[in-house]
Amino acid sequence: MTRPIFEVDQLRAHYLTRFGQKIQAVDGVSFSLRPGEILGIAGESGCGKTTLVSACMGLYIPPLHLSGGDVRIDGQSIIGMDVETNRRDILGKKISMIPQGALNSLNPTRKVRDLASDMMLSHGERLDKKEIEARLRGRFRKLGMPAEEVLNAYPTQLPAGMKQRVVIAISTLLDPRVVIADEPTSALDVSTQKAVIQLLFELMDQGIIGSMLFITHELPLLRHVSNNIAVMYAGEFVELGTTEQVIFNPRQPYTKALMGSMLSAEPGHQGQRPVAIEGAPPNLTHAIEGCRFAERCPEVRPECKANRQVIRLVEERQVRCQYAE
Amino acid sequence: MPNEAKFEAQGLSRSYGHGKKLVEAVKNLTFTIPNKAIVSVVGQSGSGKTVLAKLLLRLETPTSGALFFNGKPIACERDPRQHWRSVQAVFQDPFSAFNQFFTIRAQLKSSFKLFTQKPSADEIEARVDAALLAVNIEPKEIEGKYPFELSGGQMQRMLLARIFILRPEVLIADEPTSMVDACSRASILDYLMKLKKELDMTIVFVTHDIGLACYISDSIFVMHQGEIIEQGSPERVTRSPTSHVTKQLLEDIPDVHRQWIRRSASLSP
Repeated sequence: MTRPIFEVDQLRAHYLTRFGQKIQAVDGVSFSLRPGEILGIAGESGCGKTTLVSACMGLYIPPLHLSGGDVRIDGQSIIGMDVETNRRDILGKKISMIPQGALNSLNPTRKVRDLASDMMLSHGERLDKKEIEARLRGRFRKLGMPAEEVLNAYPTQLPAGMKQRVVIAISTLLDPRVVIADEPTSALDVSTQKAVIQLLFELMDQGIIGSMLFITHELPLLRHVSNNIAVMYAGEFVELGTTEQVIFNPRQPYTKALMGSMLSAEPGHQGQRPVAIEGAPPNLTHAIEGCRFAERCPEVRPECKANRQVIRLVEERQVRCQYAE
Repeated sequence: MPNEAKFEAQGLSRSYGHGKKLVEAVKNLTFTIPNKAIVSVVGQSGSGKTVLAKLLLRLETPTSGALFFNGKPIACERDPRQHWRSVQAVFQDPFSAFNQFFTIRAQLKSSFKLFTQKPSADEIEARVDAALLAVNIEPKEIEGKYPFELSGGQMQRMLLARIFILRPEVLIADEPTSMVDACSRASILDYLMKLKKELDMTIVFVTHDIGLACYISDSIFVMHQGEIIEQGSPERVTRSPTSHVTKQLLEDIPDVHRQWIRRSASLSP
């Protein structure tokens, strides 16, 4: 077995609000990524997906604080590094993020060329103008974009799908080992979404990026994208297994409910009525004693609300439910 | 089967700019939207779906062609509020549809301003409560709350609560599920069906996901570059699509039950 590139070990992170409340948004998350692996993370909004992204990148900007755990890239810990060093040496080069709102993440008053060369210069690359230009053109062409046209354009002149591809190209300019894609396709229509996913695969297949963390709320999409899937609920992983296991044979009640709420347009599956999960995720301002999903769980038992659930192995996958079989 | 037409369009067009920069957002559309039906408008971004929705809402005026609502031309009244009493909309982003500086309850109550005869204060409270319960939200839950304190899914339900209060004849829903979690999507669609069933509403549902359209609608219009290139019942459109755009739209949905994307074999999941 190859050594993992990226290891996250019992990571915990919390927010401190201005009223003095502590919100434990990420609570004991562990996983690792091997070279060439794509791990999909699925969950509802507010389950801590985006906080996990910041925590994995070492971006602890108040009100977000680290409460414990470790993050290692190629064996080197990035926790406890000061913000400047992290920003210069780790972000972009070792670990990079594709932000959620690509349409708003490009400065509209600057050309794509300037935004992209900024990315290279601000991470300590000493290059002159010609080298930068050559590298940018090379990379954009390699990813199948009309380099000249795109580099000369202002972000507002590009359609949404192209903008998202430009953002992906810029965030992977420095060949990062790990890329975290935070809902890269949620604002796009189905056809553009496919093109964007294809671009991400291209990056993996050409060896530009090592491995990827793909965050989304659409489980069906993960079926086609990821090797492994982790399902997140209220700051914890509730199930972690291979794509086949999680999609076609989920064991944890929340994963089952999540799969049950998805629509299918395939002939033959149209008759299955999706069932929405009623209720809302628990409030994380105070510690929760028992199972966090107990309030909404269709298979709840009286003792669930008292027993804290721990990860256990069920048929070679991690499940956080003591009754899952 | 409903036989009378709610909306009827003949050669409806809307273009922007002129000369070389002329953009025909909607081109020469002729269609009827029957009474008490859910009609879905499906297409990629930029295909003219939203312009069509705005034309139906009288937020845009057609450059040529005619649009009839209940048999009368759409702009026959000077005051557009007359039209908005019978045609209401739910948009993509619920947060931009509510004012951040007022409580949600106050804003739900203010929708009664649209009525010519305002009910009494007690009745207003009762009807707001009833509308909130219709979308499965306890009135106490949102008491004194402002829009930023609720999640996207809850806000989208607040917009639907407004529709339960106003009870228009027609609801135009422009991508109401795109800001909502995949797992709450089904519930938003269920509320739309409830509106149709309980209040006999005609619904125009605009989306880019043909899967959602199949789930709720009686009839589907597929739009491409400003034209309706295919229309028919969901079964017909999904089982035997005639145009390549419809086929493409169906193929591009990442469904779990079939191959979606091709990748070099060594690395595929």
